[in-house]
Amino acid sequence: MGHVTIDPNDKLAVMIEETGYDDHFHEHHHGDKYQSGFIGHYIFSMDHKIIARQFLITGIFWAIIGAGMSIIFRLQLGFPESDMAWLKPLLGKWITVNDGVGALSPEFYYALVTMHGTILVFFVLTAGLSGTFSNLLIPLQVGARDMASPFLNMLSYWFFFLAGVVMFYSLFISTGPFSGGWTGYPPLSALPQASTGSGTGMTLWLVSLTLFVVSVLLGGINYITTVLNLRTKGMSMWKLPLPIWAFFVTAVLGLLSFPVLASGFFMLIFDRGLGTSFFLSEIFINGQALDRVGGSPILYQHLFWFLGHPEVYIIILPAMGIVSEVLSVHARKPIFGYTAMVLSILAIGFLSFIVWAHHMFMSGVNPFLSNFFVIFTLIIAVPSAVKVFNWITTLYGGNIRFNSAMLFAIGFVSMFISGGLTGIFLGNSAIDIQMHDTYFVVAHFHIVMGIAAFFGMFSGVYHWFPKMFGRFMNEKLGRIHFWGTLVGAYAIFWPMHYLGMAGVPRRYYSFDTFDAFKHFGPMNEFITISAIIVFGLQLLFVINFFYSIFRGKKMTERNPYGANTLEWTTPIEAGHGNWPGKIPAVHRWAYDYGKDGKEFIPQYVPLAEGEVAGDAH
Amino acid sequence: MEVADINKPLTFRNRIHPWLFALWISFASIIMMFGALMSAYIVKSAAGNWLEFGLPSQFYISTGLILSSSVCIHLAYKSFVGKRESSFKAFLFAALALGISFIVFQYLGYQNMFAAGVDLKANVSGSFVYLITGLHVLHVMGGITAITVALINAFLLPFITTEKRKIRLKLVCHYWHFVDILWIYLFCFLLFYK
Ligand code: HEM
Ligand SMILES: [Cu+2]
Repeated sequence: MGHVTIDPNDKLAVMIEETGYDDHFHEHHHGDKYQSGFIGHYIFSMDHKIIARQFLITGIFWAIIGAGMSIIFRLQLGFPESDMAWLKPLLGKWITVNDGVGALSPEFYYALVTMHGTILVFFVLTAGLSGTFSNLLIPLQVGARDMASPFLNMLSYWFFFLAGVVMFYSLFISTGPFSGGWTGYPPLSALPQASTGSGTGMTLWLVSLTLFVVSVLLGGINYITTVLNLRTKGMSMWKLPLPIWAFFVTAVLGLLSFPVLASGFFMLIFDRGLGTSFFLSEIFINGQALDRVGGSPILYQHLFWFLGHPEVYIIILPAMGIVSEVLSVHARKPIFGYTAMVLSILAIGFLSFIVWAHHMFMSGVNPFLSNFFVIFTLIIAVPSAVKVFNWITTLYGGNIRFNSAMLFAIGFVSMFISGGLTGIFLGNSAIDIQMHDTYFVVAHFHIVMGIAAFFGMFSGVYHWFPKMFGRFMNEKLGRIHFWGTLVGAYAIFWPMHYLGMAGVPRRYYSFDTFDAFKHFGPMNEFITISAIIVFGLQLLFVINFFYSIFRGKKMTERNPYGANTLEWTTPIEAGHGNWPGKIPAVHRWAYDYGKDGKEFIPQYVPLAEGEVAGDAH
Repeated sequence: MEVADINKPLTFRNRIHPWLFALWISFASIIMMFGALMSAYIVKSAAGNWLEFGLPSQFYISTGLILSSSVCIHLAYKSFVGKRESSFKAFLFAALALGISFIVFQYLGYQNMFAAGVDLKANVSGSFVYLITGLHVLHVMGGITAITVALINAFLLPFITTEKRKIRLKLVCHYWHFVDILWIYLFCFLLFYK
């Protein structure tokens, strides 16, 4: 294996051969036989493109489970009196039937809420989103053969997979999965006897999430090393496409914050199993005082939110990166303010480490200290606003293609604005005293993080689907999916602001005994019905996804969107090492759209004589 | 499974090998992990109900052991690069032996603490010492595994100093220095933070 034959009619391949960088990759013995068996190729793959698909499909699996759970607990909230006996075949003893009327048991309601949060935040929006797109795009867009360590990259997926197996198993044990909220606050998480889910369920939750932390760290180390060390010739940091900047900062955040969560977990494990009292003090269970004194449950909250807040940016930054790219490509315009976009990503990344206590204004932290956190929290709105401004300006006057990818990218901007604004309410501790732990918070984070990140992910899937599977997804279904989800998501979460302002607390099994909240019954029904419809629309997406893998319209040219980035220079079915011959070298930034009368000029095209580079650097 | 030579350094960019770079990045994670525990320690000690006690004398000995182990592995690397086979093997072996005795002395230190009434549950301050040093021991064990593999390779493989073997040995070396420095830092912290 040494020679690569280049078709002389293939202008792009000839150009790469002439101007590209020769790393002598194909002179090595492995060549095309690398991992060619089924198991090596599809299961224990070390190819970043396959690993990306593994992350995505596993993420889709978890998204269906996590969203399905929310439908069950929404039924309870929207129709508390209705008969749920029909769910008995699925949920077994968690449905208690009295006089022929089935009811969801409160313990399981809490378990569902907890699992919904854990699964969506970690498995879907962290692994499924950043795992998928960092893997797919980092090597392709920086011009690398693969990740710095393909082996660790493979391990990263399999640790995630194992974490999933353990969590999945915990759903079926007799005491049920953990039920103390996705944040796992002690004492519910620290004392096995505290609630039904606090025993084996919590143990499995800890095991699963510890494995997950390992997965994130292995992935993150690889992403950072690849971006810093394996960029192709000419690809300076300031020529990186924005998704790469976003994935890079995301990986840094994960690398620095997940270990802190791990430390919190170790202390929890000691408290649970070895009798220490890191997080326990003055606790009564069944009227009995425990002899566990001296610890502080607030300590756990600090450790958790030191991860927890960066975590929400770990979720949203990749979506921001994807959206920046998609907006620019389909508006046929350079991204507005590239440098400001990069700087705002960095600023958000930095600030996200010094705002964590805004989740704890009501936990008894010193109000004087709270003031600092209020100020830093509100400052985050500045780089966020810069980004929003630049996205809108990018769209302004663009020659916009309203395809599914673009629609979801625009939808992302809308969601991010709506949800970000309510963040500013909550960031003021004086207002948060009223709003904390109400549906207002639920509305805030579902819009700004849940829906927005999903929109970013959908945008990325529709956009890069041809890159992953060589075929396109169905556009018509994609647009139905978009419009339905956009309207439906607002229908679900907008009313929750009113619930929250009226003081309706989150995480309650039922509001029957509160006269003040009785009149919200119809609103809750409306929310539940909307949720069911939106769930159905997501199934439409899943059908479209799997159908298109096998039957979608075939991709016939390498660069179907006329995009500038390097991933569109590989063969349609790119093998191991991504480029058959040399690696393309880079001469310009990724956003030369509509420059000098040309619709687009890809990154591998050298600057023409006398041409001024489009970017500032 | 064969690992492709995919990250053969790009000549125009890499002054350090990507694997070494990745290892350094992982240090940042480990530092954050211990940083979190130390911050928790500081916050908790300020909140009261905090038992003061001296660290067991064995910890001083183990500090000496891990320091000299670090020196040995450095000399082992130097010998490897200088193609001195027997001193390479001897220093590598010494590093391993000293590393294992570090763990033994940590364990003896725990026994000493226990005998003095500072058991795991007595007071949070004791729990912290066990947790922080225990977690460090786990990291040392990782290093010991790596040195063991290096030693087995040293005896089984023919003595050829290829670039690949150099970089692998360097990885082990750097990691081992890291857990050494980490211990000294933790030790000083537990000793002097009041
Ligand atoms: C301008 C920006 C933002 C500000 C000022 C802000 C502020 C806040 C505050 C103060 C809370 C705590 C509310 C409470 O529990 O009482 C909160 C909750 C939350 N925020 Fe934001 N936020 C912002 C943007 C975001 C973004 C971009 C995300 C995610 C991508 C996000 C995700 C969350 C989540 C997940 C929670 C709730 C966690 C829980 O209690 O379960 N926020 N936000
Ligand atoms: Cu936050």
